[in-house]
Amino acid sequence: MSTTTSTSNSQAIAPHPGGAPSFGLGIGRSLKLGFSRILLEVRGYFRQGDSVFFTFLFPVVMLTIFAVAFSEQNFGTEDEPLTAAAFYLPGMIAAGLLLSGLQNMAIDIAMERSDGTLKRLAGTPLPVMSYFIGKIGQVFVTGVLQATLVIVIASVAFDVELPSEPSKWVTFAWVFVLGVTTSAVLGIALSALPRSGKSATAVVIPVALVLQFISGVYLGFSMLPEWLQNFASIFPLKWMAQGMREVFLPASFEVMEQAESWNLPGVAIATGLWLVVGLIMTRITFRWIRKDS
Amino acid sequence: MNTTAPVVQVEDLRKTYGSFAAVDSVSFEIQRGETFALLGPNGAGKSTTIEILEGYRDRTGGSVKVLGVDPGKGRLDWKARLGIVLQSSGESGNVTVREQLTHFAGYYPNPRKVDEVIASVGLEEKAGTLIRKLSGGQRRRVDVALGIIGNPELLFLDEPTTGFDPEARQQFWQLIRSLKADGTTILLTTHYLDEAAQLGDRAGVIAGGKMIDIGAIDEIGGQEARTPIVRWRDSDTATGRGAVHEERTHSPGAVVASLMAAGAEPAGLEIVRPSLEDIYLQLVSDHAHAREVENAR
Repeated sequence: MSTTTSTSNSQAIAPHPGGAPSFGLGIGRSLKLGFSRILLEVRGYFRQGDSVFFTFLFPVVMLTIFAVAFSEQNFGTEDEPLTAAAFYLPGMIAAGLLLSGLQNMAIDIAMERSDGTLKRLAGTPLPVMSYFIGKIGQVFVTGVLQATLVIVIASVAFDVELPSEPSKWVTFAWVFVLGVTTSAVLGIALSALPRSGKSATAVVIPVALVLQFISGVYLGFSMLPEWLQNFASIFPLKWMAQGMREVFLPASFEVMEQAESWNLPGVAIATGLWLVVGLIMTRITFRWIRKDS
Repeated sequence: MNTTAPVVQVEDLRKTYGSFAAVDSVSFEIQRGETFALLGPNGAGKSTTIEILEGYRDRTGGSVKVLGVDPGKGRLDWKARLGIVLQSSGESGNVTVREQLTHFAGYYPNPRKVDEVIASVGLEEKAGTLIRKLSGGQRRRVDVALGIIGNPELLFLDEPTTGFDPEARQQFWQLIRSLKADGTTILLTTHYLDEAAQLGDRAGVIAGGKMIDIGAIDEIGGQEARTPIVRWRDSDTATGRGAVHEERTHSPGAVVASLMAAGAEPAGLEIVRPSLEDIYLQLVSDHAHAREVENAR
């Protein structure tokens, strides 16, 4: 083997015995390609008309429907009235995290597995890690835009008063980042479940829908029976929604939560645990292709 | 560095699904710079073989080395030396041709220039078009472009020109010839025997999971299968459509001379050398026949 040192990486393409790694396989290359994947994924996402409508605009559409349908109702108290838009805003933001992350990711990857995208990538020197970075990055970018849009619409169109304390926005930031990451990772893990791209929608959407109903997105969480609240507490969406309620609802609503507390440490722990579970499941289940199927 | 070692070494390769042997004791080698055509009917085991070499499938038995590496254990640096053009896929294609190629070029340590690759597959005018808006043949050319963007040492082409019009096929052949001239080793599967004859240096014919013949493109099937055929018609009937005669002979000139010596100019005189397609069809049908006989016993 030649020992010539070269600043270019062109020697990497030369045949070498034993297949010893000879070009940057380190974390730097994975991150660089991951960033390149994010740009490609975000472009692809917005050029695909249907996903923009069904996952991106969905929370805005739902918020608008609730705000208009229940415009006469007071969701607060006599002394402290609350509009439907204000009441539903935290739930819609949490639902957006679930849709952009878990639902979109699980369906998207199952589709890519069955349409040949993953098979093509499997034949290239793209690290799996870069692919994941691309996916999570895409969820992050679209999730930020989606949340911004929902908050702006709530504020401008429905006069929802936004929190002014910086501490609330700090809470918002960490619940959002933790939630969107957990949701995306769980989506990647869940993508292993459907046998084909076509069945992905049928497998994933009901899961996401049930979670939304029992986690305080469409139905006020305090309305649910205690056993259902306890059941919903197993899953991360309940905690993400609770974190968002702490940010956007008046302090007087805290007594309606389980144990009469926003329980932010619980939000961090439960969501964080699901993040770990998702990472482990992804590590175990993710394959570029199903060999021998 | 050993540059004379074969790029692909396959020995006694087996792949079984239950009791069905999709690939049954297949052996072959491909030398550096060579273009090897793997031919065979649908379901013969071509794609299974090529997918084992690409690392997509695990093998049941035998030994395989691709660029000196067991494909089942191939890592990213190994993949960086391969170019893979799979059978056509249905990706969503929400990016443009240039975006996709520029992106994929970033995966490789020593990629080709994006614009040169786009030009070489004849897609200059479509470089800014979303891939999903291209025709089937144009998408196939994007597949080929993605296969060569990384400047591979070994290129797998699995039925690359399916859906090409004749002109596009000619262009594609030109592209493959230039890759060959650059020293790229190529493993090609195709249903178009003229394509294999145009591009291949050697060919292997797979049927029923077995390699039934292997050799240089102009020798496969043996000398006997290449015996020229002299074909003519009797011209002296009332209808003008005489009986057709065929004679397989190693000395077609002498046959024609003797026809002339016998008197009248024969009608529709042809001397045909069996094409690769004729030889291939004969090989496959002989194999199928032999199996029937074997099964009947």
